[in-house]
Amino acid sequence: MSTAESAAGRPPMEAADWETVQAGPEFQELRHRLRSVVFPITGGFLAWYLVYVLMCSYAPAFMAIKLAGNVNVGLVFGLLQFVSTFGITTWYVRYANRRLDPLAGTLRDELEGDRA
Amino acid sequence: MTAQHTGTALLAAAGVEGSNPVLNIGIFGGFVILTLAIVVRVSRRANRGAADFYTAGGGFSGQQNGIAISGDYLSAASFLGIAGAIALNGYDGFLYSVGFLVAWLIALLLVAELLRNTGRYTMGDVLAFRMRQRPVRAAAATSTLTVSFFYLLAQMAGAGGLVALLLDITSKPGQAVVIAIVGAVMIAYVLIGGMRGTSWVQIIKAVLLIAGAGVMTVWVLGLYGFNLSALLGDAVAHGGKAGEALLNPGKQYGKTGVSRIDFISLALALVLGTAGLPHVLMRFYTVPTAKEARSSVVWAIWLIGIFYLFTLVLGYGAGAIVGPDEIKKAPGAANSAAPLLAYALGGTVLLGIIAAVAFATILAVVAGLTITASASFAHDIYANVIKRGKVDGKDEEVKVARITAVVIGIVAILGGILANGQNIAFLVALAFAVAASANLPTILYSLFWRRFNTSGALWSIYGGLGITVLLIVFSPVVSGKPIDPATGRSPSMLQGVDFSWFPLDNPGLVSIPLSFLLGYLGTVLGKDRADQGKYAEMEVRSLTGVGAERSTAH
Repeated sequence: MSTAESAAGRPPMEAADWETVQAGPEFQELRHRLRSVVFPITGGFLAWYLVYVLMCSYAPAFMAIKLAGNVNVGLVFGLLQFVSTFGITTWYVRYANRRLDPLAGTLRDELEGDRA
Repeated sequence: MTAQHTGTALLAAAGVEGSNPVLNIGIFGGFVILTLAIVVRVSRRANRGAADFYTAGGGFSGQQNGIAISGDYLSAASFLGIAGAIALNGYDGFLYSVGFLVAWLIALLLVAELLRNTGRYTMGDVLAFRMRQRPVRAAAATSTLTVSFFYLLAQMAGAGGLVALLLDITSKPGQAVVIAIVGAVMIAYVLIGGMRGTSWVQIIKAVLLIAGAGVMTVWVLGLYGFNLSALLGDAVAHGGKAGEALLNPGKQYGKTGVSRIDFISLALALVLGTAGLPHVLMRFYTVPTAKEARSSVVWAIWLIGIFYLFTLVLGYGAGAIVGPDEIKKAPGAANSAAPLLAYALGGTVLLGIIAAVAFATILAVVAGLTITASASFAHDIYANVIKRGKVDGKDEEVKVARITAVVIGIVAILGGILANGQNIAFLVALAFAVAASANLPTILYSLFWRRFNTSGALWSIYGGLGITVLLIVFSPVVSGKPIDPATGRSPSMLQGVDFSWFPLDNPGLVSIPLSFLLGYLGTVLGKDRADQGKYAEMEVRSLTGVGAERSTAH
């Protein structure tokens, strides 16, 4: 990635500058807001998916219990995977819009402004 | 994926009853002419640089890209294959849909936005950001070309089967001609339209596919008074002795202890492979910002999720309305479930539309794969490894990419003709397993782990690739499955030999954890140290979007 293209006519950032930004409180806050959300959610939905897969493999009798008419636990469990995927997606977009984008935008403006 | 259990070899019989090949070809021809006209139109505005050819100058909106992603991702296997698997194996067919959908959360949360901010055209860009350019680009390109080639070959060979099914062309030379035409149209899309044209083909196809499946879904549900339980009950009633088992997991995978573990291995590759597929990754570069990349994935998740809900209804609907015996007798067996259902609902015309959509699906997917593979070769191998980043003028790299696209297209045509009728559907599973093993660990380490270095990247890519291919070669999908008394053939690719020692069809359970481990060990044991300044730059850029390539299209 060439820094030259985006910073035409400005002095390019040195490695030390990037490390200063990286260590700064604003960036650390942004990093924390991202990681403290995406890592636990990823762990959570992978665990939830694995529970589903393991239940299908090793507890078919439980999955076959009928709940309403011909709709059984397995079908509801599978559809809940769809619901959780849609739900996480919607929640994350709201979170990113409120908590990530404004801070990232501020940092970006500061950094690109610096080099003006 | 699911075509694994259907076997294209069965497709040599006559076409689907009630099918009107002339009508099918006519509708498909209309699709090709319409899309080619659009491709020519949108490419007139192009400025013909590398950015335009590879990523349409990053000029797509999140919505457009999300639709294109679903067009890229929903292959014929996920339409015909999953509907057929649900019709014949019931619940176990649905398990694929769940894995294919949940996988997108990894792309949403961990990959799409950060990748958009740190690369321009290829997966190699992200790795090369803070590592030694030439070795990691060569490794990334090797893995990209391998995954794309396996996927491409499976699609092209599948086209041969679809020809027999839908156009009633049964002779091998006749099918070869159709495969060559499909390949030639695909090359035309890529050469004329680049990523811009290819994306529009995928967008049009996605709209047709999802709308077509949606109409059929509402139709089927309408026949049962919008009562899902009644539909399921009818599928059970038509399922004969094994009918009740259709509603429960385990009909296909619950037979033995090994098949259960094999299923878990498959589930892992499905959920972790998607975010490592190079043609999916490349689509994140076609939007101007990380926010638009996020929006792309959101659109893709909703469209893909809704589509898989449709296939659930279509699969059980085919079981209830057409019946498993009819489906098994038809050419293509499981693959014919959706076309037979279309015929039962809307007669020859609906069958023709669905047949044409299935063809359009293959075209759009192979075009996406070809442009990804050609970008990886031209940008990573030619421009950065061979020419060491000193390409004379911007046009030279695009010229190489175009030549590569033609070569890949010709190889795909020849490979598709040779593989036609062979049982090579496992190649798609292999592509997912390689993507999950070689690509995903490397991308995640690269974006999130400060210490990750060149040795770690090389160990995880080459190690993951090598282990996955090795385990597949010595697995029962290649040799050694017992002969099926119904067909007199072994379901393995090779007949009459047995050199298998790995018990599972799907290598993911072993290869994915090992690849993560190799990436860790390579980093810790390798002599080179990570460049902290470069990592600082990469992390700040990836999270804030500072200096990211903006859209060039206005």
